[in-house]
Amino acid sequence: MNEQTLDTRPAEAPIIVIEQMHKWYGDFHVLKDINLQVQPKERIVVCGPSGSGKSTMIRCINRLEEHQRGRIIVDGIELTNDIKNIEKVRAEVGMVFQHFNLFPHLTILENLTLGPIWVRKTPKAEAEEMAMMYLEKVKIAEQAKKYPGQLSGGQQQRVAIARSLCMKPKIMLFDEPTSALDPEMVKEVLDVMVELAEEGMTMLVVTHEMGFAKMVADRVMFMDEGQIVEQNTPDEFFDNPQNDRTKLFLSQIL
Amino acid sequence: MSDRIEAVEEIRPPVTKVGVIGWLRENLFNNWFNSILTILTLWFLWWTVPPLIKWAFIDSHWFSEPAVCRDGHGACWSVVSRNIRFILFGFFPEDQQWRPALTMILLVGLSFWSRDRKRWKKSLAFTWLAGIVVMGWLMHGGLGLPVVETGKWSGLPLTLLLSFFGMVFAYPLGVLLALGRRSKLAAIKSMCVVYIELIRGVPLISLLFMSSVMFPLFLPEGVTIDKVLRAQVAIILFTAAYIAEVVRGGLQAIPKGQYEAADSLGLNYGKTMRLIILPQALKIVIPPTVGILISAFKDTSLVVIIALYDVLKTTKVTISNPEWMGFSTEAYLFLAVLYFICCYAMSSTSRRLEKELHTGR
Ligand SMILES: Nc1ncnc2c1ncn2[C@@H]1O[C@H](COP(=O)(O)OP(=O)(O)O)[C@@H](O)[C@H]1O
Ligand SMILES: [Mg+2]
Repeated sequence: MNEQTLDTRPAEAPIIVIEQMHKWYGDFHVLKDINLQVQPKERIVVCGPSGSGKSTMIRCINRLEEHQRGRIIVDGIELTNDIKNIEKVRAEVGMVFQHFNLFPHLTILENLTLGPIWVRKTPKAEAEEMAMMYLEKVKIAEQAKKYPGQLSGGQQQRVAIARSLCMKPKIMLFDEPTSALDPEMVKEVLDVMVELAEEGMTMLVVTHEMGFAKMVADRVMFMDEGQIVEQNTPDEFFDNPQNDRTKLFLSQIL
Repeated sequence: MSDRIEAVEEIRPPVTKVGVIGWLRENLFNNWFNSILTILTLWFLWWTVPPLIKWAFIDSHWFSEPAVCRDGHGACWSVVSRNIRFILFGFFPEDQQWRPALTMILLVGLSFWSRDRKRWKKSLAFTWLAGIVVMGWLMHGGLGLPVVETGKWSGLPLTLLLSFFGMVFAYPLGVLLALGRRSKLAAIKSMCVVYIELIRGVPLISLLFMSSVMFPLFLPEGVTIDKVLRAQVAIILFTAAYIAEVVRGGLQAIPKGQYEAADSLGLNYGKTMRLIILPQALKIVIPPTVGILISAFKDTSLVVIIALYDVLKTTKVTISNPEWMGFSTEAYLFLAVLYFICCYAMSSTSRRLEKELHTGR
């Protein structure tokens, strides 16, 4: 159904549109006038100091957080209080969390097939076949029968990525996917993400892995105090930052 | 290089406790204080256990007349053996007592059959449904069996049935109340809060009284609701409130990330609860839940105050018979063993379930 609505739109239509979006936590103005358009297959890296609203912004895209002003349109569906629309959007948007959030009472395989079986109504055998394919892809197929608690952090995060991919999402959101990992496990997760980017997945990634940003990003975005302060191609962004706050931030993390 | 590695592999963990003597030294006589405690305990056991065994097993009477018991010094188990049919089945007509007996066998048998988690399939639910229908038919009669009114149901079957159905209905009701108490809808939430707090604020006895004395006042004349059923409902409502609070504790222990992960897959509220949250929350609260179920089991003995004869009451009636007066110790010991077996079965099942459901975290 969504495929058809997508087909009728021009090829260049953005898959995510955010217009003049604001959000408050109580009196605290977390997000201020966010405007963002993401094209299909575009890869965007979001960086910025802690507490600047990066997580809140990408969590608004699948409505884990509610915005209070402005519009968010994902894959042609505007996010309102309509729960059916929200569930539709969530099925099309994969999300990878800092702390993996795997389901500890289910095996790895069950973690992966849950969404397809219960949301997409895929037959179980087919869902399992697809799950094994994605587990192969993240190089962890031999762990299918284990439970999340028996895996290392890096392995768990790769399972979490595979779990999202099993829903065949059009967009993938990553919220600091490597910052809870021991340093030696960061690469195995980034490798999977690079591969995904090369296959043409639309990705929004909050990360401080600047190597990753330089390698795959079409656009790098800097947030501070709830605003998108600066955005540019990686080359320009890193070599020639315009804003003083961006310069300060880059000098601190590079 | 390789020599060293082999050498390291050959080292075994140090053996600290060697044999029986070693164990005794380690655990019972490791310092002067523990040694004194050990000796005192041994002396106490020597002083109490042999006479007890003598009383219970050597000097005891098992099937004798009460007069024979009175002449001897040992335990009079005859009070149990000679009255076993009344203790177990109460006023159920004597020639029909095979029916409650069969019902109990069916209930206990099905429960044990269901302990194995491999059998938890749809077919098990149908087996239970069929079992319950058969049990109802056996107890109540009809279709060729003489009808036995519920007023005559008594003894152990009454205890077991009241507790079994109490648990089976109270548990899901408790879970629903717990979910309701966390609902975003203010109406549902406050209804659940009021219910839980009201019920927890009164003793079970008063609920039973209300069900038997007050409730009929509100019914139109001529309409009566079965007394056993009313007691059953009171037990269910009471137990559910306690289960609800325990389950709520379990729900609060589930990290927010689990909800977010479920949401981000597009699962709706019902599926999120059923597939993600409840399986984890209910597992965490198995120990306190079983605690509640065990006390609910024991609390069924309170139905005596609305003139139902559970197994505790039938025992009391037996020992108030002048013929058997004076042998209450034996009768109560028997009863204690009976209760203990049931409670122990519940807690061992729960421990087993916990172990099976443990997935390492
Ligand atoms: N649920 C919440 N309630 C109130 N304030 C919040 C909540 N979540 C986040 N915040 C605040 O919003 C700001 C932005 O948070 P976040 O989006 O997590 O930042 P980032 O991901 O960039 O570190 C922070 O100041 C944080 O304290
Ligand atoms: Mg964050």
